[in-house]
Amino acid sequence: MLHVVIGAGPAGVTACEMLRDLDAAARITLISGEPEPPYSRMAIPYLLVNDIKEDGTYLRKSENYFPDHQIDVQHISVTAINPEDKSIRFEDGNSLDYDRLLIATGASPIQPPIQGIELPGVHQCWTLDDARAIAARALPDTSVVLVGAGFIGCIILEALVKRGCQLTVVEREDRMVPRMLDNTAGGLLKRWCENQGITVLTNTAVNQIAEKKNKLSVSLDNGNTITAGLVITAAGVRSNIDFLTGSNIDTDQGILVNQYLQSNQEGIFAAGDVAQGRDFTTGGFAVQAVQPTAVEHGRIAATNMVKPDSLSYPGSLNMNVLDTLGLISISFGQWMGNADGDSVVLLDDAQYRYLNLQFDGEYLTGASSLGHTQHMGVLRGLIRSRVPLGIWKKRLMDDPTRLMEAYLGSVQSLV
Amino acid sequence: MQMSLLIDAGKCTGCVQCELACSLENEGIFNPAKSRIRIFTFHYEGRFVPYTCTQCAEAWCMQACPVDAIAYDAATGAKVILEAACVGCKVCTIACPFGTVNYNSDTGKVIKCDLCGGDPECAKACPTEAITYVDADQTGYERMRAWAVKTDAGSTAIA
Repeated sequence: MLHVVIGAGPAGVTACEMLRDLDAAARITLISGEPEPPYSRMAIPYLLVNDIKEDGTYLRKSENYFPDHQIDVQHISVTAINPEDKSIRFEDGNSLDYDRLLIATGASPIQPPIQGIELPGVHQCWTLDDARAIAARALPDTSVVLVGAGFIGCIILEALVKRGCQLTVVEREDRMVPRMLDNTAGGLLKRWCENQGITVLTNTAVNQIAEKKNKLSVSLDNGNTITAGLVITAAGVRSNIDFLTGSNIDTDQGILVNQYLQSNQEGIFAAGDVAQGRDFTTGGFAVQAVQPTAVEHGRIAATNMVKPDSLSYPGSLNMNVLDTLGLISISFGQWMGNADGDSVVLLDDAQYRYLNLQFDGEYLTGASSLGHTQHMGVLRGLIRSRVPLGIWKKRLMDDPTRLMEAYLGSVQSLV
Repeated sequence: MQMSLLIDAGKCTGCVQCELACSLENEGIFNPAKSRIRIFTFHYEGRFVPYTCTQCAEAWCMQACPVDAIAYDAATGAKVILEAACVGCKVCTIACPFGTVNYNSDTGKVIKCDLCGGDPECAKACPTEAITYVDADQTGYERMRAWAVKTDAGSTAIA
């Protein structure tokens, strides 16, 4: 069996490992579009503050890991897929046949349509190459404008502060991290950042970036202009599906996949940020673009590549954790609430602590928090197990911090 | 013989000796908040339930780690945090559906039970045998494993 995996992020690497586990005799080729060994973009903020070296970002640490597992890693871009003759074509004109193909090409940052976005000194923070460019410019006392206060913007915020940069964050929407936090939590996070000397401009857009005496002049829609040595754009990501044009693989926001993570083309699967898979709490199909989902996708897709239709999949629970200058925010599932569902909020404004639980009848379906770090994974257990909470719903409504007790009492029946 | 922690909540008196022993062994201080095993109190039922990582086969934490910083210890069966590799991204703390991997803000890394390398201090400290370290084939362990499956059935079962 010839297994080909395009994309060497967490989904692709996890899939290769699962393929090897399940099919010792298979030929496995892992194709990376970047020159480095497979690495984690999530580790880049820690690289920027020298907590780790570049090899600290690698997904697998032991030398010869991939050859030892007979996974053939090739560094080259794929330009087209031809399901008719089961082959993929590379940028150098060569092609490779497959029996089963996994597309795990991830996502790329959206380039906001701003005049001057292509100027030297304007960077995105996505690849190791980007990280090197940012590290070269983000020197102490450099004025940095961060365009976008979403997950990626916030995760690199601390690194920029630790490097001694003077930071201005510009966010188009009305709050920070609008895909994870509601108004209350987003407002708390903004105040937290401002108290640490960061300028946070919400409801503000960048109109134009221009070069001015070796610096960048950033014009905002509020009429102000900021002079910066570095502009970093973090305006969200988009699935890498453009190369699929003409392949007859169905796409929407990402590659449309069924409960086995197979596309509309037999033998072609998708996983991770490029896959528009089922969402556990909504039942709909969405590109979640988070690490736990990528890994889950990789395992499930690989299982079905080896044994067709063997592992059906109820969907991934969307979840995220973010550390912004030491204030930790977490979101799970339907954190924004359910129509007609009950909810409970616990807020300690002065201590930057916030906890919001969302119920759908007897079930917990979502949660978000700020400043809570202990036992928070149990929210996954409570939501995913779909066990009716019974008496524990009222107890959580009375005291939402009793999550572990609710889990042990309801899901595990330990009490 | 694979050993595992066996917890019999009915025998727990809530004395927190396990938490103190765990904290001392791992952090060098007596601070229950730093313990890898925690006792949860159920006022209405008058019960105490000690709970920590079951070293589940699914190893959600290990799967989710983006930098290969959680390793399987073949000698004990424990999933162990490799401090030098951990960057502190906390993905494992939300991936673990049991809530037993936690962030330690003092070190900027995560902590979880590692079975003390095969000689767990909590079990030795427990005066009532609510926590014992026993042959993993005992039925209690199988029950704990069954819970692990219940938590995320469907996305892990390998046909």
